[in-house]
Amino acid sequence: MTSLPQNAAAKKLGLVIDLDTCVGCHACAVNCKEWNTGGHSAPLTDLDPYGPDATGVWFNRVHSFEAGETADGRTVHFPKSCLHCETAECVTVCPTGASYKRAEDGIVLVNADTCIGCKLCAWACPYGAREFDADDGVMKKCTLCIDRIYNENLAEIDRVPACVSTCPVGARHFGDLGDPESAVSRLVAERGGYDLMPELDYRPVNKYLPPRPRKAEAGCTGAPAALAPADDDLAGAGLLVRWLDRLLSR
Amino acid sequence: MHPSFSIIVFTVLSGAGYGMLAMLGYGAATRLLPPNPRFALAAFGVALGLTVAGLLASLFHLGRPARSWRAVSQWRSSWLSREGSAALLTFLPTLPFAAGWALFGNNSGVFALCGAIAGLLALATVFCTGMIYASLKPIHQWHNRWIVPGYLVIAILTGALWVNALLQARGLARPSVAGIAAAAALIGFLLKIGYWRYIDTTGARSTPQTATGLDQYGRVRMVDAPHTQDSFLSKEMGYRLARKHAWQLRRVTLLLGFFVPFVLAGLTIAITGRFATIMAMTAAASAMIGALVERWLFFAEAKHTVMLYYGAEKV
Repeated sequence: MTSLPQNAAAKKLGLVIDLDTCVGCHACAVNCKEWNTGGHSAPLTDLDPYGPDATGVWFNRVHSFEAGETADGRTVHFPKSCLHCETAECVTVCPTGASYKRAEDGIVLVNADTCIGCKLCAWACPYGAREFDADDGVMKKCTLCIDRIYNENLAEIDRVPACVSTCPVGARHFGDLGDPESAVSRLVAERGGYDLMPELDYRPVNKYLPPRPRKAEAGCTGAPAALAPADDDLAGAGLLVRWLDRLLSR
Repeated sequence: MHPSFSIIVFTVLSGAGYGMLAMLGYGAATRLLPPNPRFALAAFGVALGLTVAGLLASLFHLGRPARSWRAVSQWRSSWLSREGSAALLTFLPTLPFAAGWALFGNNSGVFALCGAIAGLLALATVFCTGMIYASLKPIHQWHNRWIVPGYLVIAILTGALWVNALLQARGLARPSVAGIAAAAALIGFLLKIGYWRYIDTTGARSTPQTATGLDQYGRVRMVDAPHTQDSFLSKEMGYRLARKHAWQLRRVTLLLGFFVPFVLAGLTIAITGRFATIMAMTAAASAMIGALVERWLFFAEAKHTVMLYYGAEKV
């Protein structure tokens, strides 16, 4: 079971994250926690939640970076969750078969009933997508909200991961990255979406969209380069307006 | 990487135990070791004691130890599963091998064959242990060719030293066993120096730039971590060791793990008697302490790519 699927379907469900529009509000991380602490891998245990050393399991975390030091440098908010890699070594290292990649849609999951909590999958993941639940004794990770995206009790518009549904700026997109004609695939092609740590060859399904080039000149934003002077021709204006103009022009 | 006490104890104790089984299997197959039942009782007692104690220690690393039996199932893809399978399989030929030698005073013929198979399986177990680490691409200090030889040499070294000590104690000293131990100590000494030079002069290809994909803007640095308190990730992968402490511990490893055993085991090639027994025992104990320090450093000096997301400049 921990071998990767041999005859995987073409479907590769995943996320596309827009680093240009993400404002770093952490709403995706919070809504992820909210949904998933009652979802497929529930609970997302918190230890010492009100004490000085609060720690707990999260599937999605938002880092903030500064990139570059010149005028083109910028602050980039960087949400990170499981990338549902095509060559997911977190799956192949699993000694029990608890960690698996679904053949039908490529989602990587953990079977909490057979996981022994050896933590080797967390070591094998370069991205830090897996977190050990010390209270439950098993490994937990992003399920791509498998209990939302196929959930027929939800309205169709809500059948997206919790992080996607909550993002206030539309920086997160969900879809089939195995289909080159899907909206997410076209977005990746259009915006130059890329893989994280491509040198390790884990072939992540999730893609990141780079920040757009900085709009340094007025013309870049579509605004006029200079404003025309206000109209000061009072011909045809009413008596009151002309009187006010004279009063204020003194 | 966080040095996990249970894994350190497991790899050192079981490594020595499997090293002893390899040495005993080799000794029986080549008729090097005498069919002395009292020696065998002590030797298998220590070897199996170390192996079983180590395997039990490894269970403390698990979140759900009661399910550990499941770990033998995925040998097709997982080095950890292969290690567990080989560790248990080794006991099958070891039991008749030990019984023949310790109960019937016979370590030749079919018992020697069992011994040879047990020895090979013991080495295969240690090989798998090394491969668990060597196969992990996110950790540059592990994903290299120094790891498997390091694990094998330290297992053979500690195993040969204990066999040598027990032979000396029974007055059955075999110079070639002491010779193998001294040679392993020398090779281990050079291997560790080579390994440390390798990790000091090379780094992972991954950088904060490749981790975020923001290389087009220049240097990438963290301004805000995603969480204010520690998480599993920062505790498990974020272990940091001061450079000056690392060098102190490297010197301790070289001294206790390899130099002292090399000198003392080397002397027991020529000397026998009570003093030689004390020297051989000291060599074995010293190597075990050295191996514990070496294994602790092996974790403490390893850096995981996830720390690139937490402000590490290089891993």
